[in-house]
Amino acid sequence: MKDPVLILGGRSDIGLAIAHAFAAEGHPIQLAARNAQGLEVQGKDLSLRHRVEVSLHEFDALAPDSHEAFVTGLEPRPGVVVCAVGLLGDQQEDERDMAAAIRVMRTNFEGPASVLGHLANRFAAEGEGVIVGISSVAGDRGRGSNYIYGSAKAGFTAYLAGLRNRLAGDGVHVLTVKPGFVATAMTEGLDLPAPLTAQPEELGAAVLRAVAKRRNVIYTRPVWRLIMGVIRAIPEPVFKKLSI
Amino acid sequence: MSRPLSGWGRYPKIAPETLARPRSDAAVAEAMAKGPLIARGNGRSYGDSALSEGQVLDMTAFRHILSFDPQTGLVEAEAGVLLGDLIAAFLPLGFFPFVTPGTKLVTLGGAIAADVHGKNHLRDGSFGHHVAWIEIMTAEGEVLRCTRASNSGLFQQTIGGMGLTGVILRAGLTLRPVETGWIAQDMRPARDLAEAMAIFEEAAADADGPTYSVAWFDCLGQGAALGRSLVMLGDHARLEQLTPRRRARPFVTPEKRRLNVPLDAPGFALNRYTLRAFNGLYYRAGARKAGPSLVDWDSYFYPLDAIANWNRIYGRRGFAQFQCVLPLAEARPGLEELLAAISEAGQGSFLAVLKRLGPDTTAHSFPMEGYTLALDFPVTPAALALLDRLDKITLDHGGRFYLAKDSRLTAQTLHAADPRLATLAETRRSEGWDARFASAQSRRLQL
Ligand SMILES: NC(=O)c1ccc[n+]([C@@H]2O[C@H](COP(=O)([O-])OP(=O)(O)OC[C@H]3O[C@@H](n4cnc5c(N)ncnc54)[C@H](OP(=O)(O)O)[C@@H]3O)[C@@H](O)[C@H]2O)c1
Repeated sequence: MKDPVLILGGRSDIGLAIAHAFAAEGHPIQLAARNAQGLEVQGKDLSLRHRVEVSLHEFDALAPDSHEAFVTGLEPRPGVVVCAVGLLGDQQEDERDMAAAIRVMRTNFEGPASVLGHLANRFAAEGEGVIVGISSVAGDRGRGSNYIYGSAKAGFTAYLAGLRNRLAGDGVHVLTVKPGFVATAMTEGLDLPAPLTAQPEELGAAVLRAVAKRRNVIYTRPVWRLIMGVIRAIPEPVFKKLSI
Repeated sequence: MSRPLSGWGRYPKIAPETLARPRSDAAVAEAMAKGPLIARGNGRSYGDSALSEGQVLDMTAFRHILSFDPQTGLVEAEAGVLLGDLIAAFLPLGFFPFVTPGTKLVTLGGAIAADVHGKNHLRDGSFGHHVAWIEIMTAEGEVLRCTRASNSGLFQQTIGGMGLTGVILRAGLTLRPVETGWIAQDMRPARDLAEAMAIFEEAAADADGPTYSVAWFDCLGQGAALGRSLVMLGDHARLEQLTPRRRARPFVTPEKRRLNVPLDAPGFALNRYTLRAFNGLYYRAGARKAGPSLVDWDSYFYPLDAIANWNRIYGRRGFAQFQCVLPLAEARPGLEELLAAISEAGQGSFLAVLKRLGPDTTAHSFPMEGYTLALDFPVTPAALALLDRLDKITLDHGGRFYLAKDSRLTAQTLHAADPRLATLAETRRSEGWDARFASAQSRRLQL
């Protein structure tokens, strides 16, 4: 039997698309989310379409004290974990409301770092495992229009890079995924440019491929690697005056 | 204002004031409270059935398969699930939809609303015959479960009701047990209309005859070649009809190569000369393959699905579909008149499809016992004029029209052809449904 794939943020459109991609290959799926019993329909759909076992697990990224017990309680052991937890927030509101800003930062960085830290220790002890972190292009450079979310993603990106470096000798692989725009619940109602916007299913296929090939960092769509290269290359004196 | 939407024919294009994509029953009710709306599935109806200047409800987030019972073949699913999803999930277990249109990219909700038919209407009726229950968001904002036994009025009206009776949320559909993923096909070339109809009638008269029958027509044939066609008869292949190698994995069929039409074809690419050449080639290639063969389900039912965006070959202006059905007694003279008018106008069609339909038992669905002809035309003034002529011929022969294909009928023509729709319109007014559910088509056709 193939290794189960654990999806943290099991309600997320991206997380579910990745779950479908792995389930289609015969992997059992573990969906972890807040209010997990509310995911019964999604779980049933996964198991009916792909004839795999699906289990639901209660998980709150903002409750780090619960993470160790959550990770040790996972049975059977997942071979792959995908962290799709995230919170976009509202930049302008979060500039005024620090409590809201902190929630965005904790959800995108602290929570994922904590739970993946425990999983990394378990995988390292077992000598195998794959960790997939969904970060964002927003973490590639701080911008006035979304630096609260972006800075947390930057932290998460650096954390994943560090994990990858630390675990390279332990048989544990770490994949960093940097989506640009994706048409999901998070971006619903925003007017996104179609050529730069991926469907969640594209991420599912891209992550499956990248895990198989042991890629380190992928951008989705790939054109975002180019775009972010340009954005990162702009000198700070110029960059600070741009409105992007 | 949202970006313009269109049906599969890409004509007309209409920007809805609001485009909502609900993820829950509550979100559907919320949208309904804001004003009249029309539910939209995968946008595979051809014209303006799922368009509105007002509110369009994109139902594609209702995409979960809910349950399946291999004993009865009953699948329960949300309205936005595609027929192709059901095939992918349940063909490996030996089940296939009883009724399927020529594309697997339609949603369950759309297939019920249009009460689609396939190449087996005579044997198995239309899609609605295999629907066990429907959950509908009613005009009152309640979720109502409708079956043939309870709330049967709303159940019957929703089948073929074009989304004008409520929003279809979920449904139960009975699938057909099959032994393999292959179709045993018998391809018969017919030199003219009489020959094609004789093949259909022979098949229809035989109770053990083929499940599926369809003819591809050459609309540009003139004189003696009027109605030159390939008639394709088919049945689900049984296990013993497969080679031993395939018998070991009877539901595994070859992956098909996907083609794409990436750009709109320029307007000049399709004219009577290119079409005539194409049709001639197709006929001769088909005639060479005449006789029995095994065809995989995907190639047999959905040849065009392999070409993504094939609707672009008609260019930017889009195309209009014409599909009518003529009652049995009038079919021969009516079809001859239709084909003669088309051939005379030189407005050919890539795909002209003829099917034999069986008796109708529904409230207001399209099929009736007789023959249905479907064609498409690029949207040009000449083609639109021809289509008006075809409407007239259909009316004169007591035929009626398929709303899932229509983008241009007049209310007068439609109601003259199909008095049952006046009843639908009347019910909509008296029940207040018209204030909740409306499409560009329902407004144009006064439904
Ligand atoms: N969509 C984009 O354009 C885009 C671009 C770049 C990166 N990303 C990243 O992609 C990932 C997936 O996002 P998405 O686009 O699929 O959006 P989404 O559907 O909003 O997914 C975010 C998920 O995070 C979960 N979550 C939030 N706080 C949580 C908590 N405290 N504990 C557990 N789960 C929590 C949410 O679960 P609940 O349902 O319980 O709230 C939700 O399912 C995120 O990390 C996002 O930052 C998205």
